Amino acid sequence: MIVYADLGCAHCAAAWTEIAARPAQIVFRHFPVASKHPRSPALHAAAEAAGLQGHFFEMVDSLYADRGHVDDPHLWQRAERLDLDLERFEANRRSPEVEARVRRDFESGIRAGVTTTPALFSSEGRV
Amino acid sequence: MIQAGEPAPDFTLRNQDGEKVSLSDFRGEKVLLVFYPLDFSPVCSDQLSVYQEVKPEIETKGVRMIGISVDSGFAHKAFQEKLGIDTPLLADFEPKGEVARAYGAYIEKTGHANRSLVLVDEEGTVEWVHESPTPLEIPGANLIFDALSPDA
Repeated sequence: MIVYADLGCAHCAAAWTEIAARPAQIVFRHFPVASKHPRSPALHAAAEAAGLQGHFFEMVDSLYADRGHVDDPHLWQRAERLDLDLERFEANRRSPEVEARVRRDFESGIRAGVTTTPALFSSEGRV
Repeated sequence: MIQAGEPAPDFTLRNQDGEKVSLSDFRGEKVLLVFYPLDFSPVCSDQLSVYQEVKPEIETKGVRMIGISVDSGFAHKAFQEKLGIDTPLLADFEPKGEVARAYGAYIEKTGHANRSLVLVDEEGTVEWVHESPTPLEIPGANLIFDALSPDA
């Protein structure tokens, strides 16, 4: 199941526990709507950077579980709790490669007609 | 609803800053008119927020995007600020819905525009129209890009 989600979105946060519990492989696609959630791009970059150290979904779980603490120091705390190499985390989340990866996912969502989040797609089409 | 090939009715409305904006101001450019029901309603908020994310790409293709609803300029200003968008929003306020009616986009029963997209070409002719089956259904931005690149 492909999930286009915005890490700054309350609807996504509310639905995430149920989505993550579904008996299907979840493919998370970044869909930050920055105009609506200005911190979203940073949160998605943080998740992607955590993923580069093998802890993508743990970071996603963390960000959805606590949406009130999302400034940089809070992201560092989250990274530390996941035992991430902080220097590498920082370099990765600010890198053009991570930005491009997030943007690529977003554009795939646009092409697929995503307009609200979360947006779920199974092999049968839009859920 | 107006159809492709018809001349796009000219209009003059005030934007969120109280400035007069006419469709004819954009002769020589393509214009995407985004008719939507109401500022601050949940569906409208999502639509314009998503379009904001791809606005640079739309503009790169030589298209100006303009939102139109029956809300006042004051509501438009607050709506822009709330959403963090800079898409110009025009007030089809008085006479209420006159421009939406001219495009066949006004819903008399509910007193607001439907949810539709009208692409006007450089000469002022309607090039493409999409009307959502219901006001609750947001036209994906992919439809806009498909309309701008029909041979792709």
